[in-house]
Amino acid sequence: MDTFIQQIFNGLTVGSVYSLFALGLTLVYGILHIPNFAHGALYMVGGYITLMMMTHAGLHYVLAIFISVIVVGLLAVLMERVVFYPLRNTPPLQDKIAAIGIMLFLEALIQFIWGAEYRSMPTPFGRVVEFLGITVTTQRILIIAAAVIIMLLLYLFLKKTMTGAAIIAMSQNREGAFLSGINANKTAMLTFFISGALAAVASSISAPINLVFPGMGHLVILKAFVIIIIGGMGSIPGAIIGGYILGFSESLGAAFISNDYKDLIAFILLIMILTLRPKGLFAREVQ
Amino acid sequence: MLRTIGLTKKFGGLTAVDNVDFTIEKGMITAIIGPNGAGKSTFFNLISGLHPPSGGKIFFNNRDITSLKPYQTARLGIARTFQTTHLFEQATVLENVMIGHRLRTKSGIWDAVFKTKRLKREEKAAREKAYEALEFTGLVGTADRLVSDLSQEEKKRTAIALALATEPQIIFLDEPAAGINPEETEKLGQLMKQMVSKGITVCLIEHKMQLVMSLADRIMVLNHGKKIAEGTPDEIKNDDAVIRAYLGGGKSA
Amino acid sequence: MSVLFDSRFLSSALLIFSVLFPFLTDNQYFLHVLSLAFIWAIAVYGLNLIGGYTGQLSLAHAGFFGVGAYSAGLLMVKGGMNFWPALAAAVLITTVLGFFVGLIALRTKEHFFAIYTLCVGYIIYLIIYKWEGLTEGVRGLIGIPSPAPIGPITFDTPQSQYYLLLFFLVFVIFIMKRIVHSLIGRTYMAIRNSEELAETIGINAMKHKMISFVLSTSFAGLAGALYASFVRFIGPDIAYVNIIFDMLTYLIVGGIGTLSGPLIGTIFIVSVSQSLQFLEELRMLIFGPLLIALIIFYPRGIAGGIQSLLHKRKKTLQIRKGLRQSAAVEEGK
Repeated sequence: MDTFIQQIFNGLTVGSVYSLFALGLTLVYGILHIPNFAHGALYMVGGYITLMMMTHAGLHYVLAIFISVIVVGLLAVLMERVVFYPLRNTPPLQDKIAAIGIMLFLEALIQFIWGAEYRSMPTPFGRVVEFLGITVTTQRILIIAAAVIIMLLLYLFLKKTMTGAAIIAMSQNREGAFLSGINANKTAMLTFFISGALAAVASSISAPINLVFPGMGHLVILKAFVIIIIGGMGSIPGAIIGGYILGFSESLGAAFISNDYKDLIAFILLIMILTLRPKGLFAREVQ
Repeated sequence: MLRTIGLTKKFGGLTAVDNVDFTIEKGMITAIIGPNGAGKSTFFNLISGLHPPSGGKIFFNNRDITSLKPYQTARLGIARTFQTTHLFEQATVLENVMIGHRLRTKSGIWDAVFKTKRLKREEKAAREKAYEALEFTGLVGTADRLVSDLSQEEKKRTAIALALATEPQIIFLDEPAAGINPEETEKLGQLMKQMVSKGITVCLIEHKMQLVMSLADRIMVLNHGKKIAEGTPDEIKNDDAVIRAYLGGGKSA
Repeated sequence: MSVLFDSRFLSSALLIFSVLFPFLTDNQYFLHVLSLAFIWAIAVYGLNLIGGYTGQLSLAHAGFFGVGAYSAGLLMVKGGMNFWPALAAAVLITTVLGFFVGLIALRTKEHFFAIYTLCVGYIIYLIIYKWEGLTEGVRGLIGIPSPAPIGPITFDTPQSQYYLLLFFLVFVIFIMKRIVHSLIGRTYMAIRNSEELAETIGINAMKHKMISFVLSTSFAGLAGALYASFVRFIGPDIAYVNIIFDMLTYLIVGGIGTLSGPLIGTIFIVSVSQSLQFLEELRMLIFGPLLIALIIFYPRGIAGGIQSLLHKRKKTLQIRKGLRQSAAVEEGK
């Protein structure tokens, strides 16, 4: 029973990271219909910036995350301007390939600057506490708390502000949004900024329990795609729920099936879903 | 020739086509009109099999084709064009139209690799059929030009030629006259009449009322997915329900 | 001048050159690099068939390459099989796997297809990586034998291996050419162009996508099997995402959806990256932006660019001819 509770807690931790990360991916997909394969690279860069701010500049963890969020957010905007914007009217093949190009470029760049070795990230939240009968580090509690707070803030932003409403409107109906005078360029840039920022937070809070290395975004981006297919491409609640579904299935699968193959769970889930429903789990038929 | 009974299509909560009974007579030009969003294109999509209907039945030459896929309805002799032409812009007009005969050929990958007699014969047939269709649509002179170099109106005719190359019994044209000038519109009307005289039944969606009224033998009017009127052009002109739909009844009229 | 652009002339010249190449150089290293490029080109032709001509961007082809390589490698190393039956079996295994993957994957469209196949590719990588009992995992499979002799013909020198690979490449290009220039190729292009339109003119898109996909996976499998026997060592990395990106780069640079594109792109990039070898994994610092720039400014690649240039030339020639004719008519009056 203890393992079970422990694994539920782990699932909650991992799921929080997945949800945060998948949120950015789904926002961008909802607005620009780009499956942004480079989103994983943003995650990776986010981890590195935070780490380097701490080890090289000696900043506090929280401050380092803050800088990382800004930098990666701007990097995402740059990506949109330089690559995706010029490709907006080309066949769908092109932007996918370009996105993969960005991903591998950023990985090579980071490796060029900081090397290929695996690094661990120190954290001021390393204390171990007893909690509901299980032992956890405060870092894991931080992950869950931070994720929930950020998701709430994002929700409030999207629902209660004009800019947020514009993002929602554009993701639901692009042409309609243009007609009602939404500045599409600004909205797209803002969406990319948010997606980059979320990726940076996700990697910075999870890095202390994982490792930082140039390929750290690969598995995460693949899983995020699985998540947004589960939750419906472009759906915000779907990304959150999907993230936690995957988090729980993985941590339970690791404990009760096989730790070696736990990374396969996501893909088996995906293959099952797309086999049964080729357009995704919550796809609506469109006219 | 083609008959729908209670044909219905729902998208989520929206009913795009609502319980439509309709018959298309052989050898006639039938027009479907109605305000934007009335479900006209969806009606076409249901007949050609692009969308499975949510309810109702479709019969073609007394055969139930309700659940057939588009490629199957095409083989039975139902052709259609789209509002946007979707042609292969980097290929020539002839290359684009040739593929229309593909459904009457049997060559597979082995025929291609071994360049069999059958493939050669069928490619020749496809070329001939394509020329025939180009001649019919007055495009022989443009056969070797790239589609990307054509005018909008020529592209539309190429799309029609492609549909004709499938040797259809009935052709569905989705707004063939949209975006072309009055003179060309008149020629298009002539072309449709020629199709009929060649034994091809024509059904079109069109917004240009003048064209519809001068050309169509029968007209069906859709509004919010429902059939609100059906009859000859004269009957339609004087129909109260139609007038209401066009003059403020419909939200997007 | 125009004879130089004649594709038959050009391809025969190229073929003669590649046959003579081993006699023109003593540099074994060049020969090695070119042989390797031939292998990759075969795989890229596969990718071009499904992605370039049929319009379905498969990101699983590095995985299929890996399946071909590991099938051949394992059958030879652990199964003690001779090269030739192992090669045939490897292609068959990859093709059968391709069939089953295609059956499900091709029901999805566009983004879903790309994501689905990316995941399939990753699963293949993960299985190769984790199934140590079979594949030796990250240690890799070593000691794969070179191609076995056929009667008196042996394949133990770099020259003979070069010719063997050249043979397979020419074979693949020949098949591709026959397909592309036939009604069958046009069928694929019609599907790429618009699946909806293709269906409404009577093309069973699923069936044709299936055939194209399965054939493309068998090309990838063939390339993988040849790679295993040529390099004689394989690790899980050959099935990784980076490989599919390499293949895409070759394809895009050469010209996606063109017959000569995969060959041009692969030989060009493979030779350039050999001279940039000091960069190793950092070569993406150059190739990443290069590829993005190409996609934005020059999406049709080298071969596509030449094609449209030729077409323009033909058009101006036609116009000139037309002018001359009308001038002649004027004079005749």
